Amino acid sequence: MSEPTTKLYAQNGDPAFPKIVLPEIANLAQIEVYESHGGYGALKKALAMAPEAVTDEVKRSNLRGRGGAAFPTGLKWTFMPKGNEKPRYLAVNADESEPGSFKDRQILEFNPHQLVEGILIASYAMGIKTAYVYIRGEYYKWYKILEKAVADAYSRGYIGQNIGGSNYSVNLYVHRGAGAYICGEESGLMESIEGKRGYPRVKPPFPAQNGLWGNPTTINNVETLANVPAIIWNGAEWFSKIGAEKHPGTLLFGVSGHVNKPGVYELASGTLLTDIIFNYAGGVPGGKKIKMVIPGGSSMPPLRGEQLEGIRMDADSLRAVGSAIGTGGVIVMDEDTNLTRVLARIANFYWHESCGQCTPCREGTGWMRKVLNRMNDGAGKPEDLDLLLRVAGNIEGNTICALGDAAAWPVKFTIQRFRKELEEEILKREKSAA
Amino acid sequence: MFTEENLRKVEEIKNRYPKPMAALLPVLWLAQEQFGWISEEVMHYIAGLLNVSYNHVLGVVTFYTMYNRKPVGKYHIQFCANVSCMLRGADNLIEHLEHRLGVKVGETTSDKMFTLSEVECLGSCGTAPMMQVNNDYYEDLTKEKLDNLIEEFRKQAH
Ligand SMILES: Cc1cc2nc3c(=O)[nH]c(=O)nc-3n(C[C@H](O)[C@H](O)[C@H](O)COP(=O)(O)O)c2cc1C
Ligand code: FES
Repeated sequence: MSEPTTKLYAQNGDPAFPKIVLPEIANLAQIEVYESHGGYGALKKALAMAPEAVTDEVKRSNLRGRGGAAFPTGLKWTFMPKGNEKPRYLAVNADESEPGSFKDRQILEFNPHQLVEGILIASYAMGIKTAYVYIRGEYYKWYKILEKAVADAYSRGYIGQNIGGSNYSVNLYVHRGAGAYICGEESGLMESIEGKRGYPRVKPPFPAQNGLWGNPTTINNVETLANVPAIIWNGAEWFSKIGAEKHPGTLLFGVSGHVNKPGVYELASGTLLTDIIFNYAGGVPGGKKIKMVIPGGSSMPPLRGEQLEGIRMDADSLRAVGSAIGTGGVIVMDEDTNLTRVLARIANFYWHESCGQCTPCREGTGWMRKVLNRMNDGAGKPEDLDLLLRVAGNIEGNTICALGDAAAWPVKFTIQRFRKELEEEILKREKSAA
Repeated sequence: MFTEENLRKVEEIKNRYPKPMAALLPVLWLAQEQFGWISEEVMHYIAGLLNVSYNHVLGVVTFYTMYNRKPVGKYHIQFCANVSCMLRGADNLIEHLEHRLGVKVGETTSDKMFTLSEVECLGSCGTAPMMQVNNDYYEDLTKEKLDNLIEEFRKQAH
């Protein structure tokens, strides 16, 4: 077996290029290999700490959620009520369905035990006895890999009664979805685990008060939890010094679209977007110019190609340029891309995935889709852009869950930032139709 | 209706949750594996097994896109047509498949071998264009690769 180039939990790893969740170690998905590199050592360390001290460590590391909203993870854990009267749950979000996002799948495939270990540490910290991983139905192969990892961890005594010889007991189950983007939204996800349609719930009450079966529940993303063992092992200070100060650690950037080397790259947060596109992902085929980049999955506000220089990939830097880190899914589009077609495709998606509960979202996504498909068929008028802006404005902020905003944003921001291009596309089609 | 083994699995699944209703999605998966699709009869049966109403089961089955409410071909081709795949030529490949199989998206070949569907992002955008056939992903597709795969499926079926 060849020497691994990076170590588990990024121990002694090159601090400039740490691989925290995807270390380059062959066959790490096998429990023997994971253990032989020190795996489940962080769990043992955590079990020797007081649960509050574990949460505190995660809080001080400044780890922020990798599921889209970059919410501080340790803080979220402290929302769980004190006391032990009610059962409490952890729901792990492996739904990964936002177009352009394909990073959690890498963890499930290459490092499932670090996810399992992170889940166990998080459960211990919050006094949780039952955790569910909600994995999208299409990820059958990864569901099987994870089920195997969980079974092996049970047989080694990491999950179950009195784990690791402690007096703490916990169960972990994998729950397979069946095709519905909305089940990635945390309350839709809980409804789906309960065996219902994935209709998001009105908040408040929030999951920490009223989650699964009305009990305290925390929802975290796969990548978020996979970071936890390394934080416990190396300490909060170590983690907080990697990458961007306010959004530290590494991020998994999934780069797709018009690049020579699409794929998932684990890089320090705050890495330059141009570095990701041109160095890691190998630049644009044919050396073409970039027209548009969506930096964090299809619902995030797009950036103009000529504006990319100097943009750093972390939550705060992207917010400063009017976008968001989302899932870190970077979609690159070259100068020949037809933006009407892209927008129509995105609008079709959100229309298809709207659960239909809220009128503004159900009706609005239908409208946007209709207008954009008409434009895409060459029957668009310049006034359509203002019509689209009005419809998007009626959805934004007027729905139970954030799917409404996710549908409105790409339309609104693409029109605001690429109006000239979209108008030209409309006129060009009018001419060619004449 | 369920095999002995599946009935045993149903009991094991129920034990994972505080309420039997939560077993619905996994039990529907078992049913789809055993029967290939979810018929009205199967929904009534599962409603009885889990002690939930038929309307609840119907509501769930119709909400999630992966439960087949009618029989599908032996090979269910689900081609991703979302943005990242589109940018790398998914539309051409879907058209190619339509010609090759002689069906439109949403249809099944007359020999019941292939059903062709268009689906949303499958979380495989880095290896676009791609498709899922039954449980498996096929990535970085080209026309040649598709032609070879179709041949292979045909051979396997005999
Ligand atoms: C429509 C919608 C879809 C979402 N899909 C996902 C998803 O697939 N995976 C995920 O981790 N978070 C998703 N989220 C975010 C979750 O609601 C939640 O914020 C996240 O799982 C929390 O984990 P974190 O704090 O570790 O980031 C989605 C949110 C919305 C509004
Ligand atoms: S867009 Fe096709 S897999 Fe994501």
